[in-house]
Amino acid sequence: MAERLSPLGAAFRPGMHGGPGAGPGVRLSEVTPPSIMEATAWPGRKGALAEAISAVTGLSLSARPNAGAVSAEASAFSIAPERFLVCGGAELPARLAAAITIETGTVVDLSHGRTALRIAGPRAEWVLSKLFAVDVAPAAFPVAEARATSHHEIFAQIQRTGPDQFDIFVFRSFARAFWTMLCDAAEEVGYEAAG
Amino acid sequence: MLISCPYCGPRDLSEFSYQGDASRMRPDAASTDIKAWHDYVYNRPNPAGPHREYWQHTAGCRAHLIVTRDTLTHEIHEVTFARAALRAVGGRP
Ligand SMILES: [Zn+2]
Repeated sequence: MAERLSPLGAAFRPGMHGGPGAGPGVRLSEVTPPSIMEATAWPGRKGALAEAISAVTGLSLSARPNAGAVSAEASAFSIAPERFLVCGGAELPARLAAAITIETGTVVDLSHGRTALRIAGPRAEWVLSKLFAVDVAPAAFPVAEARATSHHEIFAQIQRTGPDQFDIFVFRSFARAFWTMLCDAAEEVGYEAAG
Repeated sequence: MLISCPYCGPRDLSEFSYQGDASRMRPDAASTDIKAWHDYVYNRPNPAGPHREYWQHTAGCRAHLIVTRDTLTHEIHEVTFARAALRAVGGRP
């Protein structure tokens, strides 16, 4: 398969930027996993799809709206009434396609179509609040859950992967523009761009 | 204006796309009833009050919805998944 290059290019400037000077408020990084898939269940089959994904990834995934799960090797989160975004190793697309039977649903490999950007740190909620009209407080948006929303015309699927950490999945062709805006939004609190 | 998506919860209007009047029923595809097709394609009651409409949560979960909106006040009375509502009437928009 063709080698993937980061879409961030020269917009990725490693190191510390902006802020009042007392350490970074957030860390920004690209965390695009080796594989990204969208799995879709036929009507009424979301529970069976969640079970199939759980069996392959070792995650404990539920069919509840916005539900998700995270481990060191894989992550998955619900992005729509019958859909999950599933991330993992390079071998996962083949294993997932084998596990999701035609009675349950379908899976599409989006590994080359999405970019994952991570914002982490004590001011992550603050910076995200400036960009998205969704409630990012822990009570409203718990760890492992996900939200599908957009920043103006840039579609974003966001999973909270830690108490102060969010992974934002955007279309690859928008990734550089979105990264640049994320850096601008983080300027006031100070940010460290890291690989 | 906020629309409460049954999947995502309350979201800003800018995340949704209007998809048309949901109060009419398409005639059977094999029908040659000119009046029935004319009414379906051209005639609209244009009510001042509650109106049944198709919307899509395009910048969210992408689900197709049926929204009952008051055309005078923009109050949203009800939001349901379009698929469930269509199933109830035999699957025809
Ligand atoms: Zn929605």
